[in-house]
Amino acid sequence: MSTIDPLDIFRAEAAELLEQIEQGLLDLEHRLDDRALIDSVFRGLHTLKGSGAMFGFDALAAFTHHCETAFDRVRKGLAPATTDLVMAVLAARDHMRALVEDPAGDYGATGAALLKQLQDAVDGGSGRTEPTAAIDQPETIPAAGAVASTAGDAADKSQMRRWRIRFSLPPDTLFNGTNPLALLDEMRDLGDAEIQVDTSNVPPLDAIKPTDLYLSWVVMLTTDRPRADIEDVFIFVMDEMSLNIEELGPFDPAEPILAWTPAEAVATPAVAAGRMAEPALPPATHAAEKPVHAATGTSQRSEVADSMARRKAESVRVPAERLDELMDRVGELVIAQSRLTQIAASSLDAQLRTVSEEMERLCSELRTTMMVLRMVPVGTLFERFRRLVHDLQRDTGKTIELVTAGETTEMDKTVIERLADPLVHLVRNAADHGLESPEGRHAAGKSEIGRVTLSARQVGGEVIVTIADDGRGIDRDKIRAKAESSGLIPVGAVMSDQEVLQLILQPGFSTAATVTNLSGRGVGMDVVKKTIDSLRGTIDISTRLGEGTTIALRIPLTLAIIDGLLVRVGKGRYVIPLPAVEECLELSLEEDLRSRGRSFLSLRGSLVPFIRLREIFSTGSKPDPYQKIVVVSTGEDRVGLVVDQIIGDHQTVIKSMSKLHDDVSTFSGATILGDGGVALILDVANLVAAGREQEAQLRATA
Amino acid sequence: MMSNLASEHSNPPWREDGELEALTFDIAGETFALEAAIVREILDLLPETAVPGARAFVGSVVNFRGKVIPLADIRLAFGMPSAEVTIDSRIVVVEVDIEGTPTLVGLRTDKVTEVLTLKKSDSEPPPRVGMRWPTELIECLIKRGSSVIIFPDLKAIFAANSRKPAAEAEVIRHPKS
Repeated sequence: MSTIDPLDIFRAEAAELLEQIEQGLLDLEHRLDDRALIDSVFRGLHTLKGSGAMFGFDALAAFTHHCETAFDRVRKGLAPATTDLVMAVLAARDHMRALVEDPAGDYGATGAALLKQLQDAVDGGSGRTEPTAAIDQPETIPAAGAVASTAGDAADKSQMRRWRIRFSLPPDTLFNGTNPLALLDEMRDLGDAEIQVDTSNVPPLDAIKPTDLYLSWVVMLTTDRPRADIEDVFIFVMDEMSLNIEELGPFDPAEPILAWTPAEAVATPAVAAGRMAEPALPPATHAAEKPVHAATGTSQRSEVADSMARRKAESVRVPAERLDELMDRVGELVIAQSRLTQIAASSLDAQLRTVSEEMERLCSELRTTMMVLRMVPVGTLFERFRRLVHDLQRDTGKTIELVTAGETTEMDKTVIERLADPLVHLVRNAADHGLESPEGRHAAGKSEIGRVTLSARQVGGEVIVTIADDGRGIDRDKIRAKAESSGLIPVGAVMSDQEVLQLILQPGFSTAATVTNLSGRGVGMDVVKKTIDSLRGTIDISTRLGEGTTIALRIPLTLAIIDGLLVRVGKGRYVIPLPAVEECLELSLEEDLRSRGRSFLSLRGSLVPFIRLREIFSTGSKPDPYQKIVVVSTGEDRVGLVVDQIIGDHQTVIKSMSKLHDDVSTFSGATILGDGGVALILDVANLVAAGREQEAQLRATA
Repeated sequence: MMSNLASEHSNPPWREDGELEALTFDIAGETFALEAAIVREILDLLPETAVPGARAFVGSVVNFRGKVIPLADIRLAFGMPSAEVTIDSRIVVVEVDIEGTPTLVGLRTDKVTEVLTLKKSDSEPPPRVGMRWPTELIECLIKRGSSVIIFPDLKAIFAANSRKPAAEAEVIRHPKS
């Protein structure tokens, strides 16, 4: 395997962090006082700064530091979170991304301007000049910022309190790059700290792993700071560590802080620190210790459990091509396995059959697992649009509400990636063309807040992603007029509503009177169509004047595997995607004769055109005496495919056809059968279109 | 014209010392050569699956180690009738660049002979007249003793026969009845 560039790892990590920061900020915009969100944004910024500096992205680290400082103040309650601040940091986030992607780029005054905006936001929010200082000093680290915060905690200042902090870190802490000494130093910065190390867990010398951490600590801290400040010391390790902070009561200078000294602790390492400390504790504290311990212990644990739950969705980053490779292997394994099954079936060896059946089960489980591996919830895609809509509000001056539904619907990762671009176009269109201006909406008697709905749901083997707006709708006559004037359709052509609407998917087609920087150039919908076609999906448009437009993208669940119906035409075997199959019936001899010359079939009262595949494929062989018809459909249109034999259903790994067969539109791919032969997969959409044409011809002649 | 272009692009890719490892094979009584570097495998004949509607010279696909690859017939590309298979018939799998995508293609050959070192000094552009093959599909000729080895221009072969996908829509229409 090739080695991975550490910079790439950082970039991937940074991209995730930036995403997390952005989501946090967007949520924060609506819930300005949500502590958890503020913490999450702060943590993201801090980590980004840290790893940025580690990988040599100094500009990024320096810039991020300012945002972090600003958020640190919010987190400490020194400054309120304001919409301005959120906007400023959102804007700054984009700059951070630029710095990640091209650290050496020339950004001129962008950074300075953003910092100015940030500073204004902080000043405006707190109404004090103090934050300016904090932002102007790049050296200010969070801890130092905390020092400045003492003014805010004036009430606490006289109240020196004593705390006992026990903490232990997981054994792999050092391996992960955390330095416990730095944590101890931070605690020393908080106040008078007596630190005792617990070495009871250190194993005998021969069992020691030099990279593991066996120590834990008990710190007796005398400080005027609140508990939150102590917790902050551990903010980045809290998820993995065990931490117990006990308040021992107000500080009494007369009382000895600790009966033991650190020197003693080091001198007798084998004795557990807890046991040593206990007898020395003042009796009153000792008595009170247990309940206190229990109480804080529980709250602490619930916090830890909370963060554990958040972390539970732990993930491993795997390059997509490795997954694809694995997918290919699994596909080949399945093929080899079905050959084995065939051999076993014709053998009398019971043992071979048992093994073969076992293999079959394992293979099918493996394939299911493999499919799931590639699936991600569509919510990851929808999240990106919150930012887009946020920006669109600014650019269009409309108030837009983005509603998302069905985020948990899962789709193949590659499909989701490729859907991103078309959705951007569609959401932009909805916001720019679809929604009216606030005045327009008011005049039409609608709420001034325009609504764009993004939703996804799974229907059979397809996922339907819809983009709906409650705007003005599409004016069919306008489309017609435009298409006629540009020569796209002949004047007065007879077209169905759906056909008229589909015209907007034509390249270069736009009814927008003015081209804005958002949309109107008529390029977008063309891109949408191309992408959806390449995903083997379809686009349905429905619209009501004055009520809005809904665009539904029907996308197959996965690009890699389909359930298919295996049929035979002449000598060739073909696969028809099962989701498209409606029913199979026999083409009776008399129907066959009767239908000659018109190729229509009467199916429960409706006429269904059918296509004799053997004629299209010029098999040059005699048809089987009892031919079958497979009725396939895409949405509303149906077409019957006449085949010689229906072999059965077949789950199949799709192999794409090479460029040399790009020109063959009848097939969407190929697959390898159990006997090692190749079967071609029929492109149903194309066949149905052919059937529809046939029907139109018939209507024309009728 | 094609040959001039070809020599400018230094194709076939002669090494610095003006030599080239090449695989030679026979088609219709002529000896052809392709640089050995692009040859992936030499196979016995495989069961073929016809692709209705495809161009004749890439009229079928085969299962090559779990991949579905097109099988090209140079005879048909050169406008000759296809031939019966013999005991010596082999498929030479080569990797070529088609419109920017590296693609595995099987070439039907009558017989695979040997791997040779060819010299650039022995090569010359195909004559414009007197050839039984279309010259634009041939990179160069290489003299070897009394015989001549043909170095086909695979890129030109795959490109020259390409059609616009739009024209292909005809294929699925039901024949007028």
